[in-house]
Amino acid sequence: MQRQLANMKQSLFDQGYLDEQFIQLEELQDDANPNFVEEVVTLYYRDSARLIQNLEQALEKNPLDFGKLDSYMHQFKGSSSSIGAKRVKIECTQFREYCRTGNAEGCKKTFQQLKKEYATLKKKLEVYFQVARQAGPVEKACRPK
Amino acid sequence: MEEMGSDCSSSGLQELHVLAVDDSLVDRKVIERLLKISCCKVTAVESGRRALQYLGLDGERSSVGFDELKVNLIMTDYSMPGMTGYELLKKIKGSSKLREIPVVIMSSENVLARIDRCLEEGAEEFLVKPVKLSDVERLRDFILRGEEKNEREFSRKRKTSDDSCTPASSPSSSDSDLPSSPISPISVSTVSDEPRPKRARLLDDN
Repeated sequence: MQRQLANMKQSLFDQGYLDEQFIQLEELQDDANPNFVEEVVTLYYRDSARLIQNLEQALEKNPLDFGKLDSYMHQFKGSSSSIGAKRVKIECTQFREYCRTGNAEGCKKTFQQLKKEYATLKKKLEVYFQVARQAGPVEKACRPK
Repeated sequence: MEEMGSDCSSSGLQELHVLAVDDSLVDRKVIERLLKISCCKVTAVESGRRALQYLGLDGERSSVGFDELKVNLIMTDYSMPGMTGYELLKKIKGSSKLREIPVVIMSSENVLARIDRCLEEGAEEFLVKPVKLSDVERLRDFILRGEEKNEREFSRKRKTSDDSCTPASSPSSSDSDLPSSPISPISVSTVSDEPRPKRARLLDDN
């Protein structure tokens, strides 16, 4: 089980879904707080759903308010960064760049891509945490290669 | 193999009380954990306004005496709606009651002008997010050293049993104005006699 978990994690890193920050969070887990990362990720998905909704609504306006969009995305990028969601973060950066240049099409396209990455990561992490709970307490952070 | 969740009481570390200010729910949860692991008491609030309320600086009398709220360090996010971390910093440094409390700014954006502005306004440090455990531990140690020094100075002052308690006699930091009233025994301070290096950890990746 432990090995399966380690492999899953390695894969998530290799494919660029997660970055170092995820490991940093895992290192904050201990016997008293064995599910800390799962708690943070759950909180992230719950909290960012609100931001996604705000972004959806803002993207339907005409003309787009790039300032507002950028502000929402700044928040979204921040929390994504805090959980180590690498691919999501990349989309956030791209989106903000399009805001900066006032590229409405770019924003809309990137947002669709972002939602895909966001949803994919959620599924993968759900499986990961499921395995993690079954595997039991892990040896101190197995760092992916 | 080192046990991460070390027993804070047995480690002999004095527990610092940190006020964390961040509008992000996720970041508050993370910083709270970082601080608890580092054996700090944490109070996490979501805005500058709430922070000022907690510190008793919003004009309203806080229900608890300042003693119980003694805060050793304030860690605040920079970008927040309403009052930014920078504005909060200014309010704290502008208050005779609170200005001695070290303030650390956290930001996901690594903007030199921003960093400079904050350090100039008196921020202890500027941390680039996401904040790491090593950042928090380093901060804690730095603050603890300041607190210990403060305790020693304070007990030395008490021994002289001079009521006027003139700050001028103690090696105080060069940038603070001498308060006209006696220093409250509970004032938190990292008064040091050598100039503190202003550090800013700059993002080295991304």
